[in-house]
Amino acid sequence: MTATTLDTPPAGPGGKPPAGRGAARGHRRRGRGRIRRGALPYLLLLPALLLELLIHLVPMAVGVVMSFKELTQHYIRDWGAAPWAGLDNFEVAVDFDAPVGEALLRSFLITCAFTVLAVGLSWLLGVTAAILMQDPFRGRGLLRALFLTPYALPVYTAVITWSFMLQRDNGLVNHVLHDQLGLTGQPTFWLIGDNAFVSLVVVSVWRTWPFAFLVITAALQNIPREVYEASAIDGAGIWQQIRRITLPSLRPVNQVLVLVLFLWTFNDFNVPYILFGKSAPESADIISLHIYQSSFVTWNFGAGSAMSVLLLLFLLVVTAGYLLLTSRGRKAASA
Amino acid sequence: MRSSPTAPPRSFVWTRRIVLTLLTAFAVTPVYVMLSSSLKPLEDVTGAFQWIPSGLTVRPYLDIWDTVPLARYFLNSLIVAGAATGCSVVVAVFAAYAVSRYRFRGRRIFTVTVLSTQMFPGILFLLPLFLIFVNIGNTTGIALYGSRGGLILTYMTFTLPFSIWMLVGYLDSIPRDLDEAALVDGCGPLKALFRVVVPAAVPGIVAVAIYSFMTAWGEVLFASVMTNDVTRTLSVGLQGYATRTEVYWNQVMAASLVVSLPVVAGFLLLQRYLVAGLTAGAVK
Repeated sequence: MTATTLDTPPAGPGGKPPAGRGAARGHRRRGRGRIRRGALPYLLLLPALLLELLIHLVPMAVGVVMSFKELTQHYIRDWGAAPWAGLDNFEVAVDFDAPVGEALLRSFLITCAFTVLAVGLSWLLGVTAAILMQDPFRGRGLLRALFLTPYALPVYTAVITWSFMLQRDNGLVNHVLHDQLGLTGQPTFWLIGDNAFVSLVVVSVWRTWPFAFLVITAALQNIPREVYEASAIDGAGIWQQIRRITLPSLRPVNQVLVLVLFLWTFNDFNVPYILFGKSAPESADIISLHIYQSSFVTWNFGAGSAMSVLLLLFLLVVTAGYLLLTSRGRKAASA
Repeated sequence: MRSSPTAPPRSFVWTRRIVLTLLTAFAVTPVYVMLSSSLKPLEDVTGAFQWIPSGLTVRPYLDIWDTVPLARYFLNSLIVAGAATGCSVVVAVFAAYAVSRYRFRGRRIFTVTVLSTQMFPGILFLLPLFLIFVNIGNTTGIALYGSRGGLILTYMTFTLPFSIWMLVGYLDSIPRDLDEAALVDGCGPLKALFRVVVPAAVPGIVAVAIYSFMTAWGEVLFASVMTNDVTRTLSVGLQGYATRTEVYWNQVMAASLVVSLPVVAGFLLLQRYLVAGLTAGAVK
């Protein structure tokens, strides 16, 4: 998926050929390679292939099959015996007038809002910090280490700490907002009710922005120093350099980064699960948690699988559309 | 790196100071809370929050081992994450070598398929995988469900797509002449891989290893379904402090700190490899 969005090094012998370009050249090489090297590349790939089959591809196929079955707790011991349900599971899931479909739609919309906010803010913080720290200054190494710490912490320890900070009576957040600043009349509930959504966004951004920072920092090192020197001689100030050189040269990285952040955030299970436990408050009922609950709490695995399949279809469509748009944008830019 | 002949203007320097200060506060506050609360007696963490602890105690660090079997969870996590990382790196190096150095039929399909698994929601194959593991256990007697082996297999596969992708990028940046010369000298392809390519790819391999270990150490969803009391890992076991009627917040924070320390230390020590690996591979 993401491979197609990458700029390959020019004429690099091992470069991944982008889609549609150099197909003839690739074919010729492939033919030559096959005669010379025979089975070796396949042997090298075999372990990876077997693992992917066992853990990813076969279970996914099984999941798709399950979504067409009436798989309730009665059949869990021998799920092959569960009767076929046709499209029933899907019809229930997308019947937005009925309770199940309505809840799924709401959860989906909440997830969309959450993802847009969390990805946007994480990206913004990551890019800002990386650009501000592009030039060396005293303490830069220490700051970089501090910024990366939220990403390095195991997700459950980090989120448990946040849930402590967000406690109503003994948490830090209410201590600052209520006791010290006096902004709220009553101590606020952060982990239930509508505020739970805000909490989820904040914790998710806290956790994710260091990754954006890390990737952008790495990407900035690929911008040749001469470009800046030349523009400085032409009289460009630092703000102009950021606008004219730094930001445009980050475009290819941003395209991959935003896609990766989107997929991770949209599919995220860990943060809401640890923050709220098995049943999230309505305002923060993220889709993966919703499906988990629909499957494991109500033991209706057929319906849960159907929802997962719908989710996958949605992600496929969004990703394909995104790649199509960005690759067209890049062609237009380079033309 | 930008190098202006003149010093940056004051507006830039002040923006930098203010923004970076705010970001530091945002990033570090939870770490401070974790550290300071882990040293407080229980009555101090049940009352209103105190920035500066009134009394310090190391009791939480002694109690955490008895409240839940933390040592066992720790050992389980260490075995699972260590084995998953080791195996995943080896498998990824082989695969990335094949993809980077050979042109073969199905190469493109392989890379696209493997990478697209990254976008699967974990929830989609959690239950099927669970059923497959149970069925394999029933028919062959190989216990995957509830065992560390099953979890190791799962985690190493999770990290494979990103690892392979990053390593292919890294190997592509290593001149092909290097291993071709070794081949001409009479090395077999595998010998060329281990003698020439792997040593040149150490930063990329370290980066992949960090990523794999962190993923395995932190995963929650599959660990919560695939483990039992004996094989429970830290990610699930740590919730043991919080499901009691009274939450021992100081112990929770102490345990969190103990559990985080190895990964954070390792990550910060090795982060320059991660930046180097990303620079060479992923962000090109």
